[in-house]
Amino acid sequence: MSYYDIYTKYKDSKWNGLLEDVSKQTIERSIYSDNVNIDQLIALLSPKAEERLEEMASRAHEITLRYFGRTIQLYTPMYLSDYCDNECLYCGFNSKNRIKRKRLSLDEVEKEAQFISATGLKHILILTGDSRSQSPINYIKDCLETLRKYFSSVSIEIYALTENEYKELVQEGVDGLTIYQETYDEECYKKLHPKGPKSDYLFRLDAPERGAKAGMRNINIGVLLGLNDWRRDIFFTALHAKYLQDNFTDVEIGSSIPRIRPNIGNFKALYEVSDKNMVQIILVLRLFLPRLGISVSTREDPNFRENLIGLGITRMSAGSTTRVGGHTIEVYGEGSSQFEISDTRSVAEIMALLEKKGYQGILKDWLPL
Amino acid sequence: MPEDILYIGKRPIKNRLFIGTGKFSSNAVMKQVLEEVGPDVITVALRRVDSTSKTENILDYIPKECIIMPNTSGARNAEEAIRIARLARASGSGDWVKVEVIKDNKYLLPDNLETLKATEALVKENFTVLPYMSPDLSMAKRLQDAGASAVMPLGSPIGSSRGLKTKELVEILIHELNVPVIVDAGLGRPSDACECMELGCAAVLVNTAIAIAQDPANMARAFSKAVKAGRLAYISGIPSSSVEAKASSPLTGFLRDS
Repeated sequence: MSYYDIYTKYKDSKWNGLLEDVSKQTIERSIYSDNVNIDQLIALLSPKAEERLEEMASRAHEITLRYFGRTIQLYTPMYLSDYCDNECLYCGFNSKNRIKRKRLSLDEVEKEAQFISATGLKHILILTGDSRSQSPINYIKDCLETLRKYFSSVSIEIYALTENEYKELVQEGVDGLTIYQETYDEECYKKLHPKGPKSDYLFRLDAPERGAKAGMRNINIGVLLGLNDWRRDIFFTALHAKYLQDNFTDVEIGSSIPRIRPNIGNFKALYEVSDKNMVQIILVLRLFLPRLGISVSTREDPNFRENLIGLGITRMSAGSTTRVGGHTIEVYGEGSSQFEISDTRSVAEIMALLEKKGYQGILKDWLPL
Repeated sequence: MPEDILYIGKRPIKNRLFIGTGKFSSNAVMKQVLEEVGPDVITVALRRVDSTSKTENILDYIPKECIIMPNTSGARNAEEAIRIARLARASGSGDWVKVEVIKDNKYLLPDNLETLKATEALVKENFTVLPYMSPDLSMAKRLQDAGASAVMPLGSPIGSSRGLKTKELVEILIHELNVPVIVDAGLGRPSDACECMELGCAAVLVNTAIAIAQDPANMARAFSKAVKAGRLAYISGIPSSSVEAKASSPLTGFLRDS
């Protein structure tokens, strides 16, 4: 079994018709449903539902408060290596981009870890480019040995692995897996990922499931908004999250909602995703999956992020850099960030902001067993 | 009336409102709530405790005289619950533990079988074990036989604020068990807590309804009063209710005439 079966079932739906033919009554029922079904999911995603955003927000706010309380969990990414064998059109690490590349030495990993840990953060997300030669599993394991000393939860956002490889990393203390499908549209995916291991759509699509089978506690999925029609991509994200929730009930499933940011390759979003659309996305995900973790990164600007608190998000990154060694090492080359971040505030500033908004920033929410 | 004291293990407990700490907007707000309630028992998720934190540690906000009951939140099976309980004890938070084993992230309903396994093991290690459970009589009896110091059936799913939807089953537990029955989870209003106490629950545990209220400290006060009212009603002997007036004795009245 694979999520691909579900994707296949819906991929050829007459989307334009489906999204246009939604009645006001269906939208109304969907907003107040305790168990949103697929027709109702489509209704909430429809352009017509934009007229009801305030009501959707009020429901989403209430549901999120009940299940997550007045808390937002904080984390930060740590880039270990930007060597990459892929040519993803939208990414700053695209192997065709002539940038000076870097992989952190274990000493450098330790320095970055010390810096981040001093901010109080206990949750870290480690990232590498897609290069099994430059950042092999053994390198990641070596890094984990260092990172375990500083953090109580380590998640990975690296190239797709086999189930056994995920198991190996779980044994070394990894508890979370973030892996984005970027777009669920198979044709579009192939165009955007012309070369390299990531061009294997199916291997990527099944990665979250392999991670869940390998014993990951948290699985975080998502698309890169702007690559394709967001309504369709969010529909498939929502169904994918539900598929994982249904089949792996003991795994906490989450979704991020990254929107394309400027990067060194100068790739421009193919589809516009407005702030209003972003809000609708958060609300739809919350109403469809009441217990879904929803993360918003520093890609979004400070003002917008502040306004999203209370709408349904449960996790925020803080004090971020998208450059290898970005916390402690001087810039080693031009344009070596994966993408530009927009909210550059420190962990302390985000904690203070949350407090002002009546929320508690959670720096630690797991302990290694 | 003699003083009404609940014993869990050997510990006397005066305040029958237990407080959960997971969802507050800040430790300072939680502290206000604790001052308002003056609870004897407070549950804390060990996964959230950061004893190395330079800024703040949740335990610093809890009055010394309270019993801290770490919970095993995050445990997906008995083995993980046991490990979390041991880590809690090693961190110096005492011997009480709320066993919480959840394999279901959709509804957060407990896994009774794994809960039983963890309870058996932890009792043997001299923990005071309060298992969070779905109200099932035979499982509750097994937990009691395994040495649980109380059982904590849910009123409705965690955070749902739906109230005491499991009333019939909880009532059976109250009748049949010798250990205290404490309703944990799902209580949304003070009247829900009052209902539990009128029924004969030994205590209730509340977090969400207080933590996410507009005014948590005053909501805590309302819950406090409701728990006390419900308890007082219970020990005062609540008359059974009836829809009809009871003016005469139509069935046995003839006995007087003879």
